[in-house]
Amino acid sequence: MRKLIDTPLASPVHEKHKPSVHESAIAHVTGQAIYVDDKVEPLDCAYAAIGLTARASGSVKTLDLAAVREAEGVVDVITINDVPGMRDIAPVFDGDPVFVDDKIKFWGQPLFAVLAQTTDLARRAAKLAKVTYEDASPCLDTEVAHKDKRYVRPPLQMVRDGATTQKSAHRVSNTFTIGGQEHLYLEGQVSMAVPDEEGMLIYTSSQHPSEVQKLVAEVLDWPLHKITVDMRRMGGGFGGKETQAAQWACIAAIFAHRQKRAVKLRLPRQTDMMATGKRHPFTNTYAAEIDAKGNILHCDMTLLGNCGHSPDLSDAIVDRAMFHADNAYFYPSANISGYRCQTNMVSHTAFRGFGGPQGMMAAEAMLDDIARKIGADPLSVRKQNLYSADGTDTTHYGMQVENNLLHDIISTLENDCDYWQRRAAISEFNANSPYIKKGLALTPVKFGISFTAKHLNQAGALVHVYTDGSIQVNHGGTEMGQGLHSKIQIIAAREFGVALDAVRVTATRTDKVPNTSPTAASSGTDLNGKAVQNACQIILENLITFLAKKYDTQEENITFDSGYVGVGAHSLPFAEVVQDAYMHRVSLSSTGFYKTPKIHYNRDTGKGRPFFYFAFGAACSEVEIDTLTGENRVTRVDILHDVGTSIHPEIDIGQIEGAFIQGMGWLTTEDLKWDEQGQLISNNPATYKIPAIGDTPSHFKVKLFDRANAEDSIYHSKAVGEPPFMLAISVWCAIRDAIASVSNYQVSPTLNAPATPEEIIRSLRGVSTTQGSGNESS
Amino acid sequence: MISFLLNDTLCQIEEEQHARQTVLNYLRDNKKQCGTKEGCASGDCGACTVVVAAVENDSLKYETINSCIAPMSQLHAKQVITVEHLADGDRLHPVQQAMVDHHGSQCGFCTPGFVMSMFSLYKSRQVNTDIPLSRHTVNEQLGGNLCRCTGYRPIIDAALESCHSPEPDKFDHTSLLIKQRLLALQDVNEDYLPRTEQALANALKKYPDAKLVSGGTDLMLAVTQQHQDLGHTINLSSIASLQTLDVTDTHLIIGAGVTLTRLLPELEAHFPPLAELLTRFASQQIRNVATIGGNIANASPIGDLAPALLALDAHVVVKDTKLNERSIPIRTFFEGYKKTQLHQNEWLHRFELPLLNSNQIFDVYKVSKRFEDDISAVCAAFMVEIDDNKIVKINTGFGGVAATPAMATVFERVLTHKTWLDKATLDEGISALNQAFTPLTDVRASAEYRQHLVTSLWTRFWTLSTSDVVVMLDHSEVTDA
Repeated sequence: MRKLIDTPLASPVHEKHKPSVHESAIAHVTGQAIYVDDKVEPLDCAYAAIGLTARASGSVKTLDLAAVREAEGVVDVITINDVPGMRDIAPVFDGDPVFVDDKIKFWGQPLFAVLAQTTDLARRAAKLAKVTYEDASPCLDTEVAHKDKRYVRPPLQMVRDGATTQKSAHRVSNTFTIGGQEHLYLEGQVSMAVPDEEGMLIYTSSQHPSEVQKLVAEVLDWPLHKITVDMRRMGGGFGGKETQAAQWACIAAIFAHRQKRAVKLRLPRQTDMMATGKRHPFTNTYAAEIDAKGNILHCDMTLLGNCGHSPDLSDAIVDRAMFHADNAYFYPSANISGYRCQTNMVSHTAFRGFGGPQGMMAAEAMLDDIARKIGADPLSVRKQNLYSADGTDTTHYGMQVENNLLHDIISTLENDCDYWQRRAAISEFNANSPYIKKGLALTPVKFGISFTAKHLNQAGALVHVYTDGSIQVNHGGTEMGQGLHSKIQIIAAREFGVALDAVRVTATRTDKVPNTSPTAASSGTDLNGKAVQNACQIILENLITFLAKKYDTQEENITFDSGYVGVGAHSLPFAEVVQDAYMHRVSLSSTGFYKTPKIHYNRDTGKGRPFFYFAFGAACSEVEIDTLTGENRVTRVDILHDVGTSIHPEIDIGQIEGAFIQGMGWLTTEDLKWDEQGQLISNNPATYKIPAIGDTPSHFKVKLFDRANAEDSIYHSKAVGEPPFMLAISVWCAIRDAIASVSNYQVSPTLNAPATPEEIIRSLRGVSTTQGSGNESS
Repeated sequence: MISFLLNDTLCQIEEEQHARQTVLNYLRDNKKQCGTKEGCASGDCGACTVVVAAVENDSLKYETINSCIAPMSQLHAKQVITVEHLADGDRLHPVQQAMVDHHGSQCGFCTPGFVMSMFSLYKSRQVNTDIPLSRHTVNEQLGGNLCRCTGYRPIIDAALESCHSPEPDKFDHTSLLIKQRLLALQDVNEDYLPRTEQALANALKKYPDAKLVSGGTDLMLAVTQQHQDLGHTINLSSIASLQTLDVTDTHLIIGAGVTLTRLLPELEAHFPPLAELLTRFASQQIRNVATIGGNIANASPIGDLAPALLALDAHVVVKDTKLNERSIPIRTFFEGYKKTQLHQNEWLHRFELPLLNSNQIFDVYKVSKRFEDDISAVCAAFMVEIDDNKIVKINTGFGGVAATPAMATVFERVLTHKTWLDKATLDEGISALNQAFTPLTDVRASAEYRQHLVTSLWTRFWTLSTSDVVVMLDHSEVTDA
């Protein structure tokens, strides 16, 4: 007989309650963490670059690639006509060709690709194409598209007919625009395709390996079983690698297939920013009927999402904007319309919050307006309109807000951050400061957790226990920095009662766990954690059955803790039990599966329970603005956020802080600009400014609201990726508050997002104009 | 041939074309050291940060650079330290350990760059242990490193903890040896890297079209972003006579090759507002490399030093291939978009900034979308000389309002001899400035907003120097941990 391993791993380590670090932390700080571009390339590897269109619409009249082909080091050049299989790589509805097909969709659309001996040679060659265009005038404006009924998908309404006899005392209404957002993951888009005997192995930086597998198979016209996708880690995703990573894998795969050699395609930053989709810009219009106390009686909202040229995920994104157009507030009667406007821009895509933030912005803008209309503090008006019990606890789409933590969270935060004292101090400061004005806002978040496309709410896992007691875990989720693998490691270690280092979570691979959902919608831990738990429990059952029989004891008497297995009075090292089980032919490997319960939604009626549960939170932000220049800074932020029972508090706090700052960037400095021809001109980090270290407020306190999820989620935790992003709306509201102070809070200013210094000056001018002409009233 | 140490290993580069390669590509492609990352290849994100150690005043100085836009020629006789080299065997460097302990990495892609910036801070703190480490200093040192995941708080905590009172690290054990090895490296003798102005003159005669590189933080973008071939380049970084810094009774004299980092203490002493502006000039990585000469010769319409030099009425002294000098007032130096009075056979030698008198008030303001590491929408500098409440002289300098850095000459003329402490002076200034420029709309700001800033920054200058009213946000006011 072959010998088993001599020294079993996993001597008992009692570190279950010690805070653990990110599973890759040491690799990160030493430069040993491998991203796709760091992988040792096969010797025959060639490198690709993309040629982009320089028009936003029309078509290509002539495309002369002779100079490209003849350039130094060039191996191959391809266009849409060289795609062997399917040309359209759209994720849900058609409209995203691999390269420009008959019509040009946007400025910066990939037109051809070139393969060369080095990346530099490929990029130089790509510049040599000679292109002439048949011009057509592009549509670049959301409202123009809406007026012309140019939609990528049909409009939708969510209506609640809650007509009351009560007559409204006031009406507030406004229209404002919200800018999009560039993901600016630090690691740009990259893929490497390696042909092998089985077919093709794809390394990609993707949140959705299974979709990359499917699309590569389709463009090559191969069955899926010939493609394997391997994804160890991304250098950031944020939604920008959910659908947007596939194109580069497909192009690399086409070249790899044609040339029978490995091919890497890494986009330079500027190409990445021009050729990939962003957060949807929105134009939101709202009108609320309110009673004399500021309670909402009815509200109308029209949400126009600028989807760019194709549907991509826009149907679901505008849906989510509509689902969150209430944020935390009860609308007794409501009419929410969502439009998916088509423009000649890059197809806008998933980005943390997935439309939710844009919808919530309408609600929060409206609540501020109501407060100023009736002369009350915005916090008071927010509180009185929150979802409550007894008839004020159902959303406009008919879902009951159960286990509502909004009241508790807001009142705790309000006290902890001294809201009312600071409100008084700020009023006094503003009265005595002619140029510098301060603003304050406390805003809540209620965010629905689940994919609204029901079938995506499933996950698979594969767990192996090896004969030394070490455990390898694989699941369908992807690690993009959010700490998913760290949480999964904790879950598996806890299930088997072993030390963390006994568990290794390996690269996501489509040949280990198939048919996976994207790691998106904050669902990574909820779905994959449960699937992993399920796999662990199947193996545990095998072990328990074996031990109960062997030691002639009840199954309940068997425990797994601290690296030991308790069997009645015996305490056996886990590895020993595993070896024993192996010798007795017990299966030590299992798949696991999970599907989210309870959820249903009818898109035709706009009613249902699309979400398993809600995550809640609140933030209070204080800002200063310089009314001469519009310059501004966030001086203090306090956050209280609900993650249920935290699986890893440090990781959860990291997600909350990071999401908040990213949201703050979206609403302040991150300013996407297109020129009149439709070319993105904020196309690099020199012209597009995400928050830098000095933008982090000097007072920045985040606390977890410690309450278990009432739903049966993994260890009763809650999803954390997206919900805290929208806490940053408090910054935008605080800036509006500071602007309103120049009118002694009589005028609710129109402030478009992002609130750049320039936009703040524009808003201030609007306030001083309005002041003279008197307020709108009804 | 240029010689340098890559961590502990002596490396030599023979061919000129490789000397023009970026340090980042050399590390990743030639040396397969992939710990250093490319985020943007334009010096805007800091993922590629490495530390360069050089002998200065008989000791090693550790400074960060953006390896993505640094030509290899910049490394001659220096040690380049990468993230792979920080740990001492299995023992993490204190800055690495602090990043792990504080959960300072999420996706990890920016982390090597942060670690290197923090390492440089650590080394500089070893020299200055008496000054408490402030959040402000951390912001300055790490402002050129972008993180999209964490929101920075854990990174700030890691820096404050690890760099507050740094203990000796593994580099202290080997610093003497490294210093000796660097000093022993052969003198370079290449046209692309002259060591004297005579050698520069000879090289320029040989290659009259050669591009002069003095930091190269803007020039290299043509290579990394536009994939252009620069042709012959001459790197000025090894010419000692361009690195002088002197203070006379009347002037601050700055060698054209002085980096912004080296310039900072002198500005703090003599022109505090300009020093403050300089901390917002790009990032620490850029300031460590970029030179005053490079910034002015580049003639960007926005470059933030130019407006200040205009308002200060500084002169630049240029030299030609015969080593003759001529002095040019900055106020006449800029001729058009990226066009200056500098001839092809000339280079910038030094700047002469008249020191301020007690009856002169000088200030300079920058407005940008982001406070740190952003290019100005408008930069405005004012210098007023007052005698008995009368304006004797008023100078201006504006960036971002015209094709070149520009003065508001009509404004200067109108206000001269006016009463300083008179509200009418403010208003007349505003009217004059309203007519002064026709700025453009671009990605950073609209023409309308730029026009608004021109007058509101004048309002700020006048108000600040005539009253106690707070008229500017205080970004230095941050709580220290």
